Amino acid sequence: MLRSLHITPEKCTGCLQCEMACSFENEGVFNPAKSRIKVFTFHEEGRFVPYTCTQCAEAWCMQACPVEAIVVNAATGSKDVLEDVCVGCKVCTIACPFGTVNYNQATGKVIKCDLCGGDPACATACPTEAITYIDSDMTGYERMRAWASKTDTAASA
Amino acid sequence: MHHVIVGAGPAGVIAAETLRRLDRDAKITLVGDEPEPPYSRMAIPYLLIDKIKEPGTYLRKDAEHFAARNAEVVHDRVGGVDTKRQTLSLTNGGKLKYDRLLIATGSHPVSPPIPGIDSAGVHPCWTLEDARAIMKLAKPGANVVLMGAGFIGCIILEALASRGVNLTVVEMENRMVPRMLDETAGTLLKQWCESKGVRVHTSTKVTAVEAAKKGLGVSLDNGDTLEAALLISATGVRPNTQFLEGSGVDTDQGILVNAYLQTSVEHVYAAGDVAQGRDFSTGEYSVQAIQPTAADHGHIAATNMAGGNTLEHPGSVNMNVLDTLGLVSSSFGLWMGVDGGDSATLTDRDRYRYLNLRFDGDVLVGASALGLTQHVGVLRGLIQTRTALGRWKDKLLDDPTRVMEAYLAGTQAIGANA
Repeated sequence: MLRSLHITPEKCTGCLQCEMACSFENEGVFNPAKSRIKVFTFHEEGRFVPYTCTQCAEAWCMQACPVEAIVVNAATGSKDVLEDVCVGCKVCTIACPFGTVNYNQATGKVIKCDLCGGDPACATACPTEAITYIDSDMTGYERMRAWASKTDTAASA
Repeated sequence: MHHVIVGAGPAGVIAAETLRRLDRDAKITLVGDEPEPPYSRMAIPYLLIDKIKEPGTYLRKDAEHFAARNAEVVHDRVGGVDTKRQTLSLTNGGKLKYDRLLIATGSHPVSPPIPGIDSAGVHPCWTLEDARAIMKLAKPGANVVLMGAGFIGCIILEALASRGVNLTVVEMENRMVPRMLDETAGTLLKQWCESKGVRVHTSTKVTAVEAAKKGLGVSLDNGDTLEAALLISATGVRPNTQFLEGSGVDTDQGILVNAYLQTSVEHVYAAGDVAQGRDFSTGEYSVQAIQPTAADHGHIAATNMAGGNTLEHPGSVNMNVLDTLGLVSSSFGLWMGVDGGDSATLTDRDRYRYLNLRFDGDVLVGASALGLTQHVGVLRGLIQTRTALGRWKDKLLDDPTRVMEAYLAGTQAIGANA
C-alpha cells in the first residue's frame, strides 16, 4: 500500500514543529530554513498551510533532470534526489510547478521531500494531526492532481 | 518498425526510452556524432570545477541502459537525409533506413566573424572535448578572456572563476544575460561579478585575436588589448540543420514542426534545441533550446512517432536558471511583460536581490529573479496554469515575494476554498 502525506491545513496551529523535525532529520540541525516542508502563514484568514512535495506522478523534477539524479523510490513511491549524482544545475527547481524542490547553497545540491524513507518526521512531530502519513487513496489529492494536469506539457500518453 | 533518432542529447535519449515503453518490438537506433556515451552539456560546468568526473555528465548512469532497452547506440555522423527513400547516409560510409525519423541534433556554437578567431587557444565550451581543452589551459592564475556573457558564458564563468584564473568577460550587449534578465537584473549581476573580482566589459566587442608570444592578444573596440592564455568563445549557438539541405524538411530558425513535433515531411519529427517548437506563452513557434523543453519534446515526438499523431504539444514555458558565482538568477515565460500588463518589482541592490512579476490582467505571465532559490518553480506553475489571481494580484503588487502564498490561496483548502 502506497502512503502519502496528507495535509489538513485547518488543523495546523503554525507551531512549526514539522519544519524543525524535517530539518533535524535531514540536515542534522534545527533550522526551519532547511526544512523540506514549509508552513505558510495567512494572517488575514488566521490560517497556516503546511506544504511540501506531493510526490506527483508527473515528476517534472525527475523528467527535467539532465543527469538522472532524481529517481523513484520503489518502496515509498517518493521521488528522491541522489545527492552524489546531483550536479546542482537547479533545472528541477524551475521545472517543479509546485515550487517544492529547493536549492541548498550550503551543499550545492537540491533538496526535496523524500518521505524520510517511509517514516516522515514531520508527520510524527505534528501535535495536531494536520500532517498525517496515510494510504494514498485516502488523501483526497484531487486538488493537487487538477493543478498537476493543468501544468502538464508532457504527461504520460 | 524502425525508429531512427539522430542526436544523443536529452531529447534523443528521452525519445528512445519513450519509444521503447510504447512499442516493445520496434527497432530503435540512436545516432550520435560524439565518441562518449550520451551526456549532458548542462553538466559540463560542474566537470570544469571537478565537482564531477566525466561519467557524472552521462545522461544515464548504467552502462547497459541502452542495451537493456534494446536500443542501439551508433557513434557516427549523419551526412544527409533522403526522405523519399527514407534513408540516412552516415559519414563513415554506411546507410541507415528508417520508418520514422527523429531529428534531435541540437545546436553548435557560432564563431563570430573576428580576424584570428581560429587561432590556437580559442575554444568554444560546448562538448566534452572542448571542456578537456579548457581544463588544460585554464590553470590557476592564467589570463582567460570569456567572450559572451549570455547563458552559456555565465554558467562557465562560475566554473572558470573557481579554477582560479584571472578572468575578463567581454559582452557586446549593455548587460549580462540580456536574453534572460532585464536591465536592472543584468546590471546587478555584472556588479556582483565585479565584486567577486571578475572584470566585466559590457557594450564591448572583441575586434581581433592575434597569436602573441605567450598566448593570445585579444583586441577590444574600446582600444584595450588583453593578454590571454585562453579565449573562450560563447557568443551563441545555432541549430544543427545543415545536413537537411535538399531533404524537403523545412527550416527557419530551427526545424519547423507542427503541434505534434512533426516536420514538413510526414515520417520525420524533430525535438529539442534543433526544433522550432510551440511556446506556451506566445503560442508561436520558436527555438527555446532549454533542457525542460528538450525533455517535453522528446517525450511528445516519440509518442507521436509510435502511435500516429495522438499527443499534442501545448507549448513549453520558456524558462532558465543560472548560477553565476553563487548568485542564482531565473526567468520564466514573458519576463519582459505584455502590452498594458501590470508589473510588480522588488529590488534590493545591496543584497543583489531582485524579483519582477509580469501580469496580463490578473494572470501571471512572466517573472525574473535574482537571488531567489526557494519555491522558485511555483512561478512556472502559476504561469502555466493561467491561474486567475483575483485579489491576490494586489497582494503580489505590494509584495511579489508572496507567490507561494498566492498559489496556495488559489489551490488549497484555505479561506474561500475551505
